[in-house]
Amino acid sequence: MIAVDVTVNGRRYREEVEPRLLLSDFLRHRLGLTGTHVGCEHGVCGACTVKLDGAAVRSCLLLAAQVDGAAIVTVEGLAGTGALTPLQEAFHRHHALQCGFCTPGILVAAEDLLTGERPPTREEIVDMLSGQLCRCTGYTAIIDAIAEVAGA
Amino acid sequence: MKPARFEYVRPESLDEALTALAEGGGEAKVLAGGQSLVPALNMRVLRPALVVDVNGVAGLDGVANGNGVVRVGATVRQADDRLRTHPALAAVLPHVGHTITRNRGTVCGSIAHADSAAELPLALVASAGSAVVTSTRGRREIRAEELFLGPYTTALAPDELIVETVWPLLEEGAGFAFDELAQRGGDFALCMAAALARGGELSIVVGSVTPVPTRLEVDPQRPGESAAAQVEPWGSIHASPAYLRQLVRVLVDRVVAQARERAA
Repeated sequence: MIAVDVTVNGRRYREEVEPRLLLSDFLRHRLGLTGTHVGCEHGVCGACTVKLDGAAVRSCLLLAAQVDGAAIVTVEGLAGTGALTPLQEAFHRHHALQCGFCTPGILVAAEDLLTGERPPTREEIVDMLSGQLCRCTGYTAIIDAIAEVAGA
Repeated sequence: MKPARFEYVRPESLDEALTALAEGGGEAKVLAGGQSLVPALNMRVLRPALVVDVNGVAGLDGVANGNGVVRVGATVRQADDRLRTHPALAAVLPHVGHTITRNRGTVCGSIAHADSAAELPLALVASAGSAVVTSTRGRREIRAEELFLGPYTTALAPDELIVETVWPLLEEGAGFAFDELAQRGGDFALCMAAALARGGELSIVVGSVTPVPTRLEVDPQRPGESAAAQVEPWGSIHASPAYLRQLVRVLVDRVVAQARERAA
């Protein structure tokens, strides 16, 4: 077993994990943070996207053993106070979700894009979304929601 | 789709990492960015007894630009802005996976993984680059064209670690271009091609349609046609051999035109 001391959404956890435990399963099953969704488990669908030390990553492609000492933000950590973030408000307004399975990953990935050095262009938003699969919306509403927050 | 059991170590020095790999005796795998290894673990295509995580090894995260080359350390992420100083890396990296996989995936890891449809191995061959590898037995440098032996197969011994890849910069007046066709942005390419133009000289490397990135001697008057005549794509459910050969024709002509324009 590997000792993991990790901060998730501002709260510190000390856990012992088996080496093969994926970060996505650690978040969901050990910490009960089921907002992080598991789709393909090979990095294609983007549903499990979380922030690791400030950068968006696939939690299904990380071992829980690797995040010792790290700070993680999951979808539950975006709206810490309970009030929706401007991005979540925009998703609501634009109907940028239907079944909602892909939404946590897209919100985290989009927050990452929106906190870059400059606001993303519409093309950059589309490019980023190539790594986030949504089978309901056809993407247009998602792009509109992110673009509104970006001012693009 | 969960990994089978393995032991995990996270060494902090290169010596410790190399010792772990040597003791692993062919049953150890190196974990850097994990964007190729972890899917293979999840799908149980790979079942190593030991995973050696090199992310904590000091001194492997450098990008050094000097003496006409860019040296990229083993844990440098594909999203690293420092990589944009090299024209081949700048050209191919936007096609490597997605924004978010590039935050984690490494340049050297993609080279070591040697997927025949991956852009970075092709870029290393097109740049006439090399990989510096070490083990407890010593250190050697392998030229890109001798590194890739087949799909997912390199000249690396099981106990060897790529500590850096070496990317020669273009000579003055040379032009480089890369293009590919993939079914979706970020997917592995159905066909990809790179061209380096320098004076009247032309150097072409194609990939995805060959087992390893392959340099072709082409007729400078009709590069696409002569490149297409030299490949034997095996085809897949997504693309027939005839279609892939047509892609070679189109992409090679396209990159040659761009490379010549940039060289001019």
